[in-house]
Amino acid sequence: MILKPQVNDIKNIGYYLGRIIFAIGLTMFLPFITGLVLFKEANPALDFLISANIAIFIGVALSWGCKTDKELHTGSAMVTIALSWLAAMAISAMPLFLSGHYKSFLDACFETMSGFTTTGLTLVQDLDHLSHTHNLWRHLGPFLGGQGIAIIAISFLVRGSSGSLNLYLGEGRDEKLVPNVIHTARFIWAISIVYLILGTLVLGLVGMSIGLKPQSAFFHGVCIFMAGFDTAGFSPQSINILYYHSLVYEIVIIFFMVIGSFNFNLHYQIWKGNFKELWKNIETRSLLFVIMIVTLITMAGLRHLGVYSDGMILFRKGFFQIISGQTTTGYMTIYAQQFLKEWGDLALTGIIISMALGGCACSTAGGIKMLRVGVIYKAFRQDIKRMMLSPSAVVIQKFHHIKTMFIEDKQVRAVLIVTLGYLFLYVLGTLVGLGLGYPFLEALFESTSAAGNVGLSCGITDASMPAILKVTYIIEMWAGRLELMSVFALFGFFVAFVKGK
Amino acid sequence: MILCLVLFVASFNCCAQTAASLELLNNAKQYDSKAISYKGEVIGDIMIRGDHAWLHVNDGTIAIGIWAPKAMIEDICYVGNYQIKGDIVEVFGTFHRICLEHGGDLDIHASEIRKVTSGSLVIQPISRKKVYFGAYSLLLVLLFYALNKSFQNK
Repeated sequence: MILKPQVNDIKNIGYYLGRIIFAIGLTMFLPFITGLVLFKEANPALDFLISANIAIFIGVALSWGCKTDKELHTGSAMVTIALSWLAAMAISAMPLFLSGHYKSFLDACFETMSGFTTTGLTLVQDLDHLSHTHNLWRHLGPFLGGQGIAIIAISFLVRGSSGSLNLYLGEGRDEKLVPNVIHTARFIWAISIVYLILGTLVLGLVGMSIGLKPQSAFFHGVCIFMAGFDTAGFSPQSINILYYHSLVYEIVIIFFMVIGSFNFNLHYQIWKGNFKELWKNIETRSLLFVIMIVTLITMAGLRHLGVYSDGMILFRKGFFQIISGQTTTGYMTIYAQQFLKEWGDLALTGIIISMALGGCACSTAGGIKMLRVGVIYKAFRQDIKRMMLSPSAVVIQKFHHIKTMFIEDKQVRAVLIVTLGYLFLYVLGTLVGLGLGYPFLEALFESTSAAGNVGLSCGITDASMPAILKVTYIIEMWAGRLELMSVFALFGFFVAFVKGK
Repeated sequence: MILCLVLFVASFNCCAQTAASLELLNNAKQYDSKAISYKGEVIGDIMIRGDHAWLHVNDGTIAIGIWAPKAMIEDICYVGNYQIKGDIVEVFGTFHRICLEHGGDLDIHASEIRKVTSGSLVIQPISRKKVYFGAYSLLLVLLFYALNKSFQNK
């Protein structure tokens, strides 16, 4: 029997949703202040003032109207998270839509969902003339979303610990760095802000060395870092990383993309001085192995067509795109059209595989995740051993992820369910693309990029693409970022509301 | 001799095919290493690298990187951004689909840059509607927040 959600459940969801919307509204004061004081862009700053006020009003009204003493249980937390990402998308789209650089409010929503989910697919018009204020918000979205919208709420606005824990888990995170989830959330912020300061400094200095003026170098530095470390792939100029024409800049970005795709728990271990974890961890090992395989496939494809004759060019164009796809960042040093015109099917397939598998769990990266890839591999090995040994033999397979763990059937089942979910998403988007007349490989490429929260594009993502495809990719980005479970919980909630007793 | 050089450059530029950015991208192999002319607005930053510079010219669709000797960019006064409409220039040069000199970048090595139209500052008057809406909405939010707090305290 399906139980209908009670009024208290709905109030609970409304309360926490209101707090999160309130938090998003508060964050809009950052571009408002920088727009007014630093960039001297009055109209863009006003766009953020208006949007912030609307968000705060809605947030306060919701949490006031839905005030309850009940703690948030797991199911409600997942529904809250799923709804809060949709609310964040719509609210954050307001200032971008007011900028006049988006064809429609749907396009602005696409942009903000892409930003918050650290995807990086973009529908902005005339990016080269977008204000610094709006551009900063475009890059702040990945920084906030990469850490997690729930993390914002947990860190500063949410009382109690069981509700906080359930919000944290609902966002596809199941690892706590320290025993208290609020401290875990604050630690994730601490790591991110330290890296932000260091990353902006490094990119700013490198930017100046390649000919950017200081103000421009540091503005680009902060934007590129936020979108790079948070594996989003937005850039302040329309031609992405190709704009900088610099090997040094690309190498620095590769470094930030790779560390951005690492598990936050791994960052915590490194901070504690446990460098051995880098090599022992199943995720980093799987990441290295997958990068090697994908590089072989992609390079074979490029070599076969004789696209890039020089080793250095192969590195800057081939390897950069591989790392960008694998870490699910989406930065590009080639034009989207060049994927189709120059790369050929084999190289493109290599990139699709890298995007589909993605980065590490509990990071800003998307895709199926290396932890799942590693567990599936270990489970496969265990089953092969079981088949080869006598039926009475006990086969134990272990792996190391922060601590040594044993493969359990329950765990493998959970991993396979989420993996199947991702594959379903990739296929869904491909079918919609095919139905709209796009060729198979292109439809698969773009769908995998959206659902894997990557952001590489072969040219389909464009303001002129059909609205149904924009909606499909929004759903894919949203579901991919939340690792599907919260999205399923939301649908389950509605079904229970309609059919429950 | 100087006359011959000028005539040579002029004839080189006269033979250059005019192409838009999308045409260059979609037919890159056909235009590779060919003389072309490309027109658009200078945007972003001009990055000086030794005795050359990178600039980017956007024809309204896509921006393409232009590698030019420093001397050629001295006339460029405005580079486009939010507050500035950049100079419109016509670039004559060689198109590279995968530039061996620049790490495989798709670029144009300029032999001549002609300024077609000068750019200008874009006057952005502050929108009164936005000011009023912003101010009133802020007052409303503060009022609402104060009301909420006073109800909570009761």
